[in-house]
Amino acid sequence: MTKIIFISSDGNETAVEAADGDNVMRAALANDVDGIVAECGGSMMCATCHCYVDEAWTDAVGARADGEEDMLESAACEVRPTSRLSCQIRIRPELDGLIIHLPESQT
Amino acid sequence: MNMIEGHMTFEPSADIPVWDVDPYAEDVLIDPAPYYAELRARGPLVYIPKWSVLASGRYEETRDIFSDHSRFVSSRGVGLNDFKYGEPWRPPSIILEVDPPDHTKTRKVMARALSPKAIAGLKEEFRRTAEMIIEQLIERESFEAIADLAEAFPVAVFPKAVGMVDSDRRRLVDYGAMVFNALGPDNKFRRDAMAMAPDIVPWITGACTRDRLTKGGLGALIYAAADDGEVTEAEAAMLVRSFLSAGVDTTVTGIGSALWCLASNPGEYEKLKADASLARPCFEEVLRFTSPVHTFARTANQDTEVAGLRVAEGTKILCALASANLDPQKWGDPEIFRVDRKPVGHMAFGAGIHGCVGQNLARLELEAVLTVLAETVERVEFAGEAVWRPNNAIHALDRMPLRFIAR
Ligand code: HEM
Ligand code: FES
Repeated sequence: MTKIIFISSDGNETAVEAADGDNVMRAALANDVDGIVAECGGSMMCATCHCYVDEAWTDAVGARADGEEDMLESAACEVRPTSRLSCQIRIRPELDGLIIHLPESQT
Repeated sequence: MNMIEGHMTFEPSADIPVWDVDPYAEDVLIDPAPYYAELRARGPLVYIPKWSVLASGRYEETRDIFSDHSRFVSSRGVGLNDFKYGEPWRPPSIILEVDPPDHTKTRKVMARALSPKAIAGLKEEFRRTAEMIIEQLIERESFEAIADLAEAFPVAVFPKAVGMVDSDRRRLVDYGAMVFNALGPDNKFRRDAMAMAPDIVPWITGACTRDRLTKGGLGALIYAAADDGEVTEAEAAMLVRSFLSAGVDTTVTGIGSALWCLASNPGEYEKLKADASLARPCFEEVLRFTSPVHTFARTANQDTEVAGLRVAEGTKILCALASANLDPQKWGDPEIFRVDRKPVGHMAFGAGIHGCVGQNLARLELEAVLTVLAETVERVEFAGEAVWRPNNAIHALDRMPLRFIAR
């Protein structure tokens, strides 16, 4: 299991344990973390799973997926260099302790 | 090597239950719930000798198979034919029936044209059209809901959104039904569909060429990707056609089934009326409860395992999306229709990299119809018997007389 820490826009922190091979969006939903909607269920069609990867973790997380850039344009909140669609971040042991900041809203 | 329905026959692993059933029999296609319940009860995978396929009907495994495009490929066809061994009836879809990296390229072009932002501008027009159609239906003592609303609405808004100059309601609706029937075995539904192809396919092909599309539509966005060199001109034409094969009959079915759910559950309609912002969650529940696309297949591209059961390379697996959406293990009380259930993770649009690329548009259409309905119609009542239509991949109503009582 890999630990992921979600920080909401008002500063609330939730730490969850997620299975490797799963993705960050599913880890949030499975643990009732507010702030991820995931209308399309992870098919990279909705941008309601938008998140900001903590600056310290961007290298470890890696680059955006092919096509992710386009879909991020549909995000409700500001898109920053650290913006990702959480359904496209695959959980793996190197990401243990990963910090994910959630936007104010998804719709 | 023995072939059946264009794929290899095989002996299933001994621990997979064998079930002598025909999922494509007319009575099953019309009323599939008992088949799904038994499919789930018999095991995570079941071997069906009649077509020499495995079938998956539980949520967990169906989702896993659909999400794993490297082991369970689409490029060998999402129907019973295995493209590795025979020519498909039409050139394979360059989005639905391909794997990465080919898929990534075409998917990107389509996803961009159909993103929430790209289609947001259609909302007003969808709403106006829904108002116009529903207003006329309220005036009538009763009407045929499939023809007069479920078909009328998408046929009014969708070809226009694509930018089509030509429109032919019958061919537009039948094209989808035809393509979906073709995914099944060589039964009468597939044969009837194939018989329509010589009339419908040339018309569709002609209507999707660049010069038959207006500048501002979704189709033009796809041709723009050809101008940018992302896809070829021929590929762009194929992608525009896939709007029509996958985007008309499916939303017709979605609207028909939504009306059926609401007419059958007046208490739930009351909730929607009290809060029209439930229109979107209501559609998600309609999708879960009725699954317009009931089954798509995958092919194992390597020797592998599902739920500890051995699956050999070349095995066709029927993934009963509709059954996964009714799995009590996942949903608790799946047989109950609740407009505010919010069934995140339902399988009606598939899952993973092939998950429906038109889902935002489908949602926008249904949001318009259900919002206007909630705002203007007091009660939705049956005015006769609803009749389902058998199709090898779609579960749709054929006819449904309804009455709208004005608010
Ligand atoms: C209620 C309406 C709809 C339903 C239930 C539905 C269902 C589905 C499903 C289950 C898939 C997955 C296929 C697979 O994984 O093998 C899919 C894919 C697809 N859908 Fe839809 N669909 C709907 C509306 C639309 C619309 C409106 C369009 C076009 C604008 C569309 C275009 C497509 C395309 C092109 C694919 C292939 C995507 C890919 O393989 O990457 N669909 N749809
Ligand atoms: S869940 Fe829809 S884009 Fe990530």
